Amino acid sequence: MEKFIRKLGLVAPLDRANVDTDLIIPKQFLKSIKRTGFGPNLFDELRYLDEGYPGQDCSNRPVNPEFVLNQPRYEGASVLLARKNFGCGSSREHAPWALEDFGFRVIIAPSFADIFFNNAFKNGLLLITLDEQTVDRLFKEVEATPGYKLDVDLIGQTITTPSGEQIAFEVDPFRKHCLENGLDDIGITLENAAAIQHFEQRHKAENPWLFRG
Amino acid sequence: MAGQTLYDKLWSSHLVQSRDDGTALIYIDRQLLHEVTSPQAFEGLRLANRQPWRLDANIATADHNVPTTLKERAAGIAGISDDVSRIQVQTLDDNTRSFGIEAFGIGDVRQGIVHVVGPEQGATLPGMTVVCGDSHTATHGAFGALAHGIGTSEVEHVLATQCLIQRKMKNMQVRVEGKLGQGVTAKDIVLAVIGRIGTAGGTGYAMEFAGSAIRDLSMEGRMTICNMAIEAGARVGLVGVDQTTIDYIKGRPFAPSEEHWDAAVSSWRHLVSDDDAHFDHIVELKAEELEPQVTWGTSPEMVTGVYGEVPDPAAIDDETAQRGVIRALEYMGLKAGQKITDIKLDRVFIGSCTNSRIEDLREAAKVARGRRVAKSIKQAMVVPGSGLVKRQAEAEGLDKIFLDAGFEWREPGCSMCLAMNADKLGAGEHCASTSNRNFEGRQGYGGRTHLVSPAMAAAAAIAGHFVDVREYDPRPDMAKSA
Ligand code: SF4
Repeated sequence: MEKFIRKLGLVAPLDRANVDTDLIIPKQFLKSIKRTGFGPNLFDELRYLDEGYPGQDCSNRPVNPEFVLNQPRYEGASVLLARKNFGCGSSREHAPWALEDFGFRVIIAPSFADIFFNNAFKNGLLLITLDEQTVDRLFKEVEATPGYKLDVDLIGQTITTPSGEQIAFEVDPFRKHCLENGLDDIGITLENAAAIQHFEQRHKAENPWLFRG
Repeated sequence: MAGQTLYDKLWSSHLVQSRDDGTALIYIDRQLLHEVTSPQAFEGLRLANRQPWRLDANIATADHNVPTTLKERAAGIAGISDDVSRIQVQTLDDNTRSFGIEAFGIGDVRQGIVHVVGPEQGATLPGMTVVCGDSHTATHGAFGALAHGIGTSEVEHVLATQCLIQRKMKNMQVRVEGKLGQGVTAKDIVLAVIGRIGTAGGTGYAMEFAGSAIRDLSMEGRMTICNMAIEAGARVGLVGVDQTTIDYIKGRPFAPSEEHWDAAVSSWRHLVSDDDAHFDHIVELKAEELEPQVTWGTSPEMVTGVYGEVPDPAAIDDETAQRGVIRALEYMGLKAGQKITDIKLDRVFIGSCTNSRIEDLREAAKVARGRRVAKSIKQAMVVPGSGLVKRQAEAEGLDKIFLDAGFEWREPGCSMCLAMNADKLGAGEHCASTSNRNFEGRQGYGGRTHLVSPAMAAAAAIAGHFVDVREYDPRPDMAKSA
């Protein structure tokens, strides 16, 4: 998992509540064999005017010019500003995979669905929960200011707006530790490799038939 | 101190580390891999530059996507006509080859549904922890093994660390005492249990099946029951080890060698719950009272005996339950009070990791022998759980019995259990199925699934509607070959 320490990123506003994981990545793409490559199909039904299918070249598809991510001013955005209950619905890990593959590293919203929240942190995304008024204010600023960027500092747990305003945010210490160090569950478990090896040796001595060769 | 349950014993013998937050690292002895939930896990390993912790703990086979017609299967992976499916199957092949994991490819006689293959190879052993990226991993608990279904990130976690992060579950015991009537099977026991406790009844529990009726079952029957523990909400199903377990394992390819056999068996003998073990919840059933079961709705708990009726929503007090029944009847195209035996069928599916083992096929063949599938049935298919099951069935002449009766005899795979390949129901079609899920659309868009035992499915194919299999005595000449 990629480390996250500090990021100055262009902000894209997705002004819609209850964005579910089916909207983030529709079900036909779950047949894919990859964890990467979902970026072109992120928000597939919102982004394109036709129906997408796995393995297709998306570069020639008719795009929906209305959709925020298709607007040139948000090209290259890495911070997604969203509304409440973002990521509800099915538990598919493909949703954070798609967001990350598209280039997002930070999502700011008044609330997130539980499972999505967990899955996102497992995949190197920083999810920031701010109160509804602050989020609303940010929406207005982003829309009024082309090239609006936020400076997101995980260590200091602050967001700095282009005008220099600082907004503090909360993050679970364990998740912060994982993100800062680029550790996933596997990385953390592997910190205990010695304990696993120790267990394994004893287990093998007691049950040699469970090991082949 | 109170004694330990089987689950307690398996948990403590695999505990690597307990953590402050209530989670624990549990060592995993066996991982079974298939094509749908493993590709991202292998890719994750590559991206992070990690190697599998222990290659010999893993075995792989393709099952969900594989075609079941001989024509498509004859050409191996290249013969799979659906592009996306072919790539998934090919990817499993490539991944297992490049990492050096033992795999049973689609041309291999050992290929089959992952939960049929593991036990058949002796790769599922008592006292093991077993995982697979599939919820029906509960099946393997029939061997006194602790078996969990897991997600893709966890598949990768187990590949890389040989451990799983878990929280300990509570203990539930389902006791089934007495003798099953003739024609009543393991499938009927588990459907009745789900009918009793509901699909969330086992949530948070490891569910151990015990009692004389369970002891009397073969390993195939015990696997059928544990397979559907997940349908009762329990991620883990269990049966204690006895001589039946040990006899099943002896001589299988992955079983302990001669050198270790006696030591293994003596350690396995402890894999039962102690007499004074504490269970947080106990459910009791009397085997004599069970009749063949048939589901009428869109959840496995919507089940009744073959002489039952479709319920009347008006008679249900609880409003949420009532709405659920109304919605289910609408989807299933059934009327309140309709007799189960009046439900007309379009297709019959005998297969899936619940009921595609040799004993299941024998049970169905006993009923099919010398009879014909009803004209009104569009398709009746038998899909063996593995290449080895298929070979065994053919050696016993079961394929001929099915073909003579008008059933199709297919190549092994998940097939119409989840309709990820070409085998599916049409909208509105009723199917007698030996699989485990009757959810909306599970066997095809708009398809209507009724879960039953293999014998009941075969009898329904002959009659064209549900019928009590106990009225279908085996033909007299069947006795010698069965
Ligand atoms: S047979 Fe059905 S339930 Fe079993 S593994 Fe295959 S798809 Fe899943």
